Amino acid sequence: MADLSINLAGIKSPNPFWVASAPPSNTAYQCHRAFEAGWGGVVWKTIGDPIVNVSSRYSSHDIGGMRMVGFNNIELISDRSIDVNFKEIRECADRWPDRAVIASLMTDTRENWHDMMKRAADAGAAGVELNFGCPHGMCERGMGSAVGQNPDVIETIVGWVMEAAEIPVIVKLTPNITDITQPARAAVRAGADAISMINTINSVTQVNLDRLCPEPYVDGKSAHGGYCGPAVKPIALNMCHSCAADPEVNIPISGIGGIGNWKDAAEFIALGATSVQVCTAIMHYGFRIVEDMIDGLSEYLDGKGMASVNDLVGKAVQSVDRWEVLNLNYKRIASIDYDKCIGCNLCYIACEDGAHQAIALTDPGERGLGPGRLPGKPIPEIKEVECVGCNLCSIVCPVDQCITMVDIETGRPAMSWKDYQDKLAKGEIDPIPAHP
Amino acid sequence: MTLKPRLDAAAAAANMAEIEPAYSDQQAKVEADRCLYCFDAPCIMACPTGIDIPGFIKKIANGNNTGAGRTILSANILGASCARVCPTSVLCEGACVLLDRDQKPIKIGRLQRYATDHVYRKGVNGLNPSVPPSGKKVALIGGGPSSLGCAAELVRLGHEAVIFEKKPEAGGLNTYGIAYYKMPPQVSLEEVALVKSLGVEFRCGVEVGKDIAMDEILKEFDAVFVGIGLGHTHMLGVPGEELPEVVEALAFIEEFHTRPLHEVEVGRHVVVIGCGNTAIDAVTQAKRLGADTATIIYRRDEGDMPAYAYEYDIAKTDGCDFIFRAAPVKILGDGAVSGIRLVRTRPNGKGGVGPQPGTEFDVPCDMVIKALGQQKQGELLESLFPGIKLAANGKIDVDETTRQTSVDRVYAGGDAVNGGREVVNAVAEGKKAARGIHQALSGEAVEGPVQPTRIGVTGKPMGSGFNNPVRVPELERAYASGQKGS
Ligand SMILES: Cc1cc2nc3c(=O)[nH]c(=O)nc-3n(C[C@H](O)[C@H](O)[C@H](O)COP(=O)(O)OP(=O)(O)OC[C@H]3O[C@@H](n4cnc5c(N)ncnc54)[C@H](O)[C@@H]3O)c2cc1C
Ligand SMILES: Cc1cc2nc3c(=O)[nH]c(=O)nc-3n(C[C@H](O)[C@H](O)[C@H](O)COP(=O)(O)O)c2cc1C
Ligand code: SF4
Ligand code: SF4
Repeated sequence: MADLSINLAGIKSPNPFWVASAPPSNTAYQCHRAFEAGWGGVVWKTIGDPIVNVSSRYSSHDIGGMRMVGFNNIELISDRSIDVNFKEIRECADRWPDRAVIASLMTDTRENWHDMMKRAADAGAAGVELNFGCPHGMCERGMGSAVGQNPDVIETIVGWVMEAAEIPVIVKLTPNITDITQPARAAVRAGADAISMINTINSVTQVNLDRLCPEPYVDGKSAHGGYCGPAVKPIALNMCHSCAADPEVNIPISGIGGIGNWKDAAEFIALGATSVQVCTAIMHYGFRIVEDMIDGLSEYLDGKGMASVNDLVGKAVQSVDRWEVLNLNYKRIASIDYDKCIGCNLCYIACEDGAHQAIALTDPGERGLGPGRLPGKPIPEIKEVECVGCNLCSIVCPVDQCITMVDIETGRPAMSWKDYQDKLAKGEIDPIPAHP
Repeated sequence: MTLKPRLDAAAAAANMAEIEPAYSDQQAKVEADRCLYCFDAPCIMACPTGIDIPGFIKKIANGNNTGAGRTILSANILGASCARVCPTSVLCEGACVLLDRDQKPIKIGRLQRYATDHVYRKGVNGLNPSVPPSGKKVALIGGGPSSLGCAAELVRLGHEAVIFEKKPEAGGLNTYGIAYYKMPPQVSLEEVALVKSLGVEFRCGVEVGKDIAMDEILKEFDAVFVGIGLGHTHMLGVPGEELPEVVEALAFIEEFHTRPLHEVEVGRHVVVIGCGNTAIDAVTQAKRLGADTATIIYRRDEGDMPAYAYEYDIAKTDGCDFIFRAAPVKILGDGAVSGIRLVRTRPNGKGGVGPQPGTEFDVPCDMVIKALGQQKQGELLESLFPGIKLAANGKIDVDETTRQTSVDRVYAGGDAVNGGREVVNAVAEGKKAARGIHQALSGEAVEGPVQPTRIGVTGKPMGSGFNNPVRVPELERAYASGQKGS
C-alpha cells in the first residue's frame, strides 16, 4: 500500500484529502464525522465577524438527469461567533492529533488579522487559510475577492498576517481574475507558506422563466453567486498548473474545484497540488466519499509503482507547455472500430457541420450490419487525407473506445512553431501552404 | 434404458451457456453511473451479508474495480457466486429505490459479477488475516457455502479452520447443484481456491460419522461448525418409483456438474414432479440438454408455486410444459418408465389439496425427475451429536446471533438450520457463527464491519442486512405499516 501521508508547508495529514472551507466544515460535529470517515484534514468554514445569511442560498446547473454538474451559492462566511468557532477548533484539534484542522480566516484591519492569527494558533490549528476568494457579499464589504483581485492588497495583507504567524499560512485565491499567477506571486512575495485555489467563480446558474428571476430566489431578487462543483474542474486544473509551472510561485499548492473522486484528486496532484480540498461533492453525497478516494488513489499509486503520493506531485506539470513548442509535424487521425459502432452517425454530422468535413457516409458494403443499423443504412468512414486529427468525433461518439485517435507516421522530423519561424527566417524551408 | 445423451458437445454447451453474460467495461460503467449512491441504501438492508452495495458501485463508476471487488469479498467471500445465483429480484435489486421512480433497478448482481471477475483475474489484497494466530482450531463439517463463509471469517479472526467434506470437491451445492446456465461449477471451485488461499485447510473425501468419528473431532478441535446442508429428496411414495429412469433432481443436476454436458443422459419426454426452484432448474436443464418435451407436474395451482417468478419465466421461455392441479398415482412401465398416471387434485378444505377420484389420466414419458424438496438431516445429526436439540421439522435449533446449538462448542448454519434458503443466507449464517465462535474462544465480540456509508452516523443505524436481513415483501409490508425507519 502506497504511503498517502503528506506534509504541506509543515501541515501534516495522513492523506491529501481535506474538507474545503464551506458548509461541510461548519461545526465540530461535522469535523468529527469527516475525520471518522477518513478525511485527512478540515479547513474550517471561514471565521470572521459573524454575518447574517439569506434564505434561499444555493442553485444548481443540472444537465439531463445529472444533478449538480455545477453548483452555486450566495452564502457568506460563518454565521457563528468567533469564540464558538475557535472553541470547537480546539476540541477537534485535541481529539484528532494526527489530522490537520486548519482555520480559515477573513477580517480587515492589521490589528484584527494579528488577533485572529493568535487565536488560531492558540486554538491548536495546524495552519490557517486566508480567504481572499469569496466572490459575493463579502467583496462588497472590501473583503474576500475584493482583496484577491488586487495583488498589491494581497501583498499588504499577507504581510500583516506573516508578522503574527506562528503556524503555516495558506493563501486561498479567487479564480475571478485574468492571470492567477499574479496574486499567487504577490502571496509569495509577502512570505506566504502555501497557496490554495480555486474559490468559487462568479455565476448565475439559471433564470426561472416564470418569475423572470434567477435562482437562488430571495424575495423577488437574486444575486451573483459563487460557482463550483464538477463543471469548474477544468478551470481549477488550469489555474493549479499555471501556479505549479511558474518558477516564481515556489510554494506548495492545495488544489480545489470540482473534485469528487480519487481520479479528480490524482489529476490535481499530478498538476502540482500537494493536498486537495472538496466541498460540493460532500454537499452532494456526504463525507463517505473519502473511502474510495483513499482506496482508489492507493490502488492507482500501487499500479504505477509509486511508494508515496508525493511521488505523484507535479508529475504532469512539465507535460503542459507553451503552444509554440508543440510539434507541428505530429499527426493523428480518427479510426472507427466497426465492431463497436452502433450507427448513430453523430460523428459524421459533428465533423461535417462542426469541423472539417473529413467523414463520409458510405455504403455499408462488406462491413455488413452492425448493431443498430438498418440494412443499407450508410455508415461513417474517415477520409484519412482530410482528417486533421482534431478529436471531435472521438469525443462525440457515445461508445467507449469506438473511435480512437491513432498516430500516423509523417516521416517528417519534429518541428515546433518556433523552429518553423527560425527556419523560415533562415530560408531553410518553404512556407507550409494554407489549408485549402 | 431409454436415457441417453441427446446433443453433441457444441449444442449442449450453447444451450447451457450463461443466460446473463459478463458486462463489458462500457456496460458496467453505464450501469454503475445510474446508481444514485443512496444513503442508508435499502439494497444493503436486503443483502443478508450486508455488502456495501452503493459503495462498490461507486468504485466501479470511479474506475476502482479492484477496490470494488475487495468491498464485496470482505463482506461476502462468495461474492462471485452470489453475483450469479442470488435471486436478486427479491433481494437487493428488489429493494432499489429506482423502482419507485418507475425505472429499472440497478443490475447489482451483474455489477457484482463484473467487479469479482476483475479481482479473480487480477488478484486482490486486503482479504488475508491481519491478526496474530490465536492457536485455536475449528472443524467445519461440510464444505458448502455456509462452511466456506464461516471458515473464511474464522481465519481472518486468527483461528485455524479445517473443513471436512465428503465429496471429492468442496463448494457444496454451489459446485454440484446450481443451474448450469446461471453458473458453471468452475466459479465455485475458484471460490474454494480463494478460501484455501486465506489459510483454510480442506479434507475432501472425508465423511464425518463414517470416515472419522465425531468424538475424535471434538477431541482435536476447540469448536465445531455444522454446515451439512440437507439430505435426499423426499420420496413420491407411489408404485413404480423404483424404475431406473426415476431419478432425484439433485442426482440429475449433479450428473452434468461432474461429467461433460454432452455425455449426460436424458429422456425424450421428461416429467418433473414438484414446482419449487429445484424443479424449475431440473425441467429447464432437461429441455436444454435435448429432451423433446419437459413437463412439470404440480399438485396446486400456478399462483401457489414456490418457485420465483423469474425462474418460472425461464422455464416458460425454454418451452417447458406445466400440468397444474395433478398428482402422481403410479409410474407406468415394465422394467423401464413408459408414462405416469396422474390424478386431478382439489382443495381438501384444510388448506391443502387431495385427489379427486375418477379423474386419473396418463401422460407418456420415459424419465421422471423427483423434485419434492430435500429432507432434513435429523437422523445424521442425532447420531453425530446425541441429544442435539432439533426443531419439530428436523432443523437444528440455534441462537440467532451466535449460531450456537444446544450442544457445547457446536455451532451451525446454512440449509441444515434454515431448512433451505439461498447461498447468500448460508454464507451470512456461517459468518455469524464464526463471530459466535470467536467470542466464545477469545471473549471478544466482533462488530461490523461498519459499512463506510454508516461511519459516524448519529442515531440508530437503519442497519445492514447482515444484522437484520429484510426480504422485499417484508420491506414492502414495513413501508405499508409505517414501521420503516423506526
Ligand atoms: C437444485 C438447487 C438449486 C439451487 N439454486 C440456487 C440458486 O440459484 N441460488 C441460490 O442462492 N441458492 C440456490 N440453491 C440453494 C443453495 O444451493 C443452498 O442454500 C446452499 O448451497 C446451502 O449451503 P450449505 O453450506 O448450507 O449446504 P450445502 O451446499 O448443501 O453443502 C453441504 C455440504 O456438506 C457436505 N456434507 C454433508 N454431510 C457431510 C458429512 N457427514 N461429512 C462431510 N461432509 C458432509 C455435503 O457433501 C455438502 O458439500 C439451490 C439449491 C438446490 C438444491
Ligand atoms: C455553500 C458554499 C460556501 C462556501 N463558503 C466558503 C467559505 O466560507 N470560505 C472559503 O474559503 N470558501 C468557501 N467556499 C468555496 C469552497 O471552499 C471551494 O473553494 C469551492 O466550492 C470549490 O470546490 P468544490 O468544487 O469542491 O465545491 C464555499 C463554497 C460553497 C459551495
Ligand atoms: S437539505 Fe436540509 S436544510 Fe436544505 S432544504 Fe433540504 S431539509 Fe432544508
Ligand atoms: S459516433 Fe461512434 S457509434 Fe456513432 S456512428 Fe460514429 S463511430 Fe459509430
